[in-house]
Amino acid sequence: MLEIKDLHVTVGGKKILKGLTLSMKAGEVHAIMGPNGSGKSTLSYVLAGREGYEVTGGSVSYDGHNLLAMKPEERAAKGIFLAMQYPVEIPGVTTLTFLKTALNAQRRAREESELDAMNVLKLVRQKAGALQISEEMLKRALNVGFSGGEKKRLETVQLALFEPKLAILDETDSGLDIDALKLVAEGVNAMRSPKRGLLVITHYQRLLNYIEPDRVHVVADGRIVAEGGKELAQELEAKGYADLVKVPA
Amino acid sequence: MSAASDTKDQVSALAEKYKYGFITDIEMERAPKGLNEDIVRFISARKNEPDWMLDWRMGAYRRWCEMTEPGWARLRYPKIDYQNAYYYAAPKKAEQYKSLDEVDPKLIETYNKLGIPLSEQKKLAGVAVDAVFDSISVATTFKEKLNEAGVIFCPISEAIRDHADLVRKYLGSVVPVTDNYFATLNSAVFSDGTFVYVPKGVHCPMELSTYFRINASQTGQFERTLIVADEGSYVSYLEGCTAPMRDENQLHAAVVELVALEGAEIKYSTVQNWYPGDEEGKGGIYNFVTKRGDCRGHRSKISWTQVETGSAITWKYPSCILRGDDTVGEFYSIAITNHYQQADTGTKMIHLGKNTRSRIISKGISAGKAQNTYRGLVSVHPRAVNARNYTQCDSLLIGGKCGAHTVPYIESRNPTAQVEHEATTSKIAEDQLFYCLQRGINQEEAVALIVNGFCREVLQQLPMEFAVEAQKLVGISLEGSVG
Repeated sequence: MLEIKDLHVTVGGKKILKGLTLSMKAGEVHAIMGPNGSGKSTLSYVLAGREGYEVTGGSVSYDGHNLLAMKPEERAAKGIFLAMQYPVEIPGVTTLTFLKTALNAQRRAREESELDAMNVLKLVRQKAGALQISEEMLKRALNVGFSGGEKKRLETVQLALFEPKLAILDETDSGLDIDALKLVAEGVNAMRSPKRGLLVITHYQRLLNYIEPDRVHVVADGRIVAEGGKELAQELEAKGYADLVKVPA
Repeated sequence: MSAASDTKDQVSALAEKYKYGFITDIEMERAPKGLNEDIVRFISARKNEPDWMLDWRMGAYRRWCEMTEPGWARLRYPKIDYQNAYYYAAPKKAEQYKSLDEVDPKLIETYNKLGIPLSEQKKLAGVAVDAVFDSISVATTFKEKLNEAGVIFCPISEAIRDHADLVRKYLGSVVPVTDNYFATLNSAVFSDGTFVYVPKGVHCPMELSTYFRINASQTGQFERTLIVADEGSYVSYLEGCTAPMRDENQLHAAVVELVALEGAEIKYSTVQNWYPGDEEGKGGIYNFVTKRGDCRGHRSKISWTQVETGSAITWKYPSCILRGDDTVGEFYSIAITNHYQQADTGTKMIHLGKNTRSRIISKGISAGKAQNTYRGLVSVHPRAVNARNYTQCDSLLIGGKCGAHTVPYIESRNPTAQVEHEATTSKIAEDQLFYCLQRGINQEEAVALIVNGFCREVLQQLPMEFAVEAQKLVGISLEGSVG
């Protein structure tokens, strides 16, 4: 479902990805690990189509389409979801209004009928399941005054709500205590499906105890430097990145 | 209409340009071009006015000739040639319309296109409309029904003839003839507008509204509106404004006076969508407006809500004179400027009585190369014991070439006064836009969503019937502002 070939990306004139190649099939869970500044988040933004991330070489094919030619909102409608490391605040726009606007924008793009506020609310309740999204939270402005845990829970609810084909989770574990982490991981695991690919980006192995990957890729200096099964993550946890990555002195 | 199709309409509306820019082809009668005493007499004669009204106008005209145009606002525009415009234009025979059946179908069609059906079958439920076309009111709906409640709702030209006592008592009592250059000009040449009188203790049974339409080219519109709420009464009034797309600049110089007697409440809302000019700043309405409310009786309340999205130039400061004790004045404003639009708008809250309270919430949004200024005065006079004011001015900038300015004046001459002022300036952040795009919301819809969030406190003040329309308008007027 996702074929990244020799991807080169420049941000603000600086080369960040320098020939990254990665392939994943529907139904798989891949983890991308690596030290800070290795290009993990850049990869997630390039896949989502963020402005300012200039592709200077290589290709990305998603479900047979040239992903890089699509606008970010088209990618979303075609099933790409990025759970962000820092979900943004939009003052004055209630969470429910935001969810309704986004859901209907995607449905419209897929020529599906739109849902009214009542039906969106029902759907959100149903999808939120154990994630403890209260009505009060849905009435508050999007992410405004939310705790770190609430923000990540809301990202996970959106994962469930939008039912993407390819979900990218960028440092979803950052800023979460162990209980919140378990809750979010359960939410993510519930979304595992033979039709869906999950790309889990994380600095630490901790999250992978709860979301077990099929493949682990280690990124350093804009390239994949090691690949393996879930045992690679445990190895990294024990030995650190130093063996795989030349840490500049 | 289902919520789903409603949303769809909203979204498709976002993709439209200024959709009110059409011209109605109708035979017009105009005054000769230019302005002099004969023109003032012409206007007065066309409206069959009594002598006192003509005298009033002539006094104003002579005064105006001695005045100079003010230059203190943060607005730049070429000098207005007051002799190069028409001061009266009306569809032929419009004065003789006795009922809706006699109104030229082209006019009915015009208002249909604007979303303001006037015919008996299609009238907006619960909203009475006075339709003003250039210099004349062409139709007023629900007049009889309002009459049953004792509410007078009619064109001001009719009120001058039929309710002379009331008009003479209150006209110019809030905005004196000599008030300012544009108000004095209006006093000399005002054409039509609405008169409302709500008798003692009456809660007006429906929303009242006036829809102002400029159609004729090279013609100024000089709206004059007077609303009097007698003791213990309540009225909610809304005005809407549109004009065709033209390369020339047209002048709209209005005066609105509100009088609230003891215990009365007036809620006045404006959705101003005059043609703003094109993307290069060509054409558009010059909107110089004097709006003032007098909380004349104790415990009265006047609330202004404005959504200003149109006009090339907006010069407008809806104000409250808090004369009675325990009176309340409110000003809620959204001013959106895009491309080359300029707005200098705000309010004056004049605290004269004891325990008077005022609240100012201003949201300025600037995009393109536009300039947006909030200018406000809070004045507490010596007798105004325990006066309270809260002011909040928020500015939102979209792009790097526009400007937002906040110019608050605070004068306190009573030590018991409490005056608070808060101001913020922010930008639509790239990460907010990206977040929306990533969830499938396109750029235009994302900007509309974020800006509507920014304006929420003010939009909530609008009557239900118009809130959705105003939300759409916010999105449309910012088209092409990003990317």
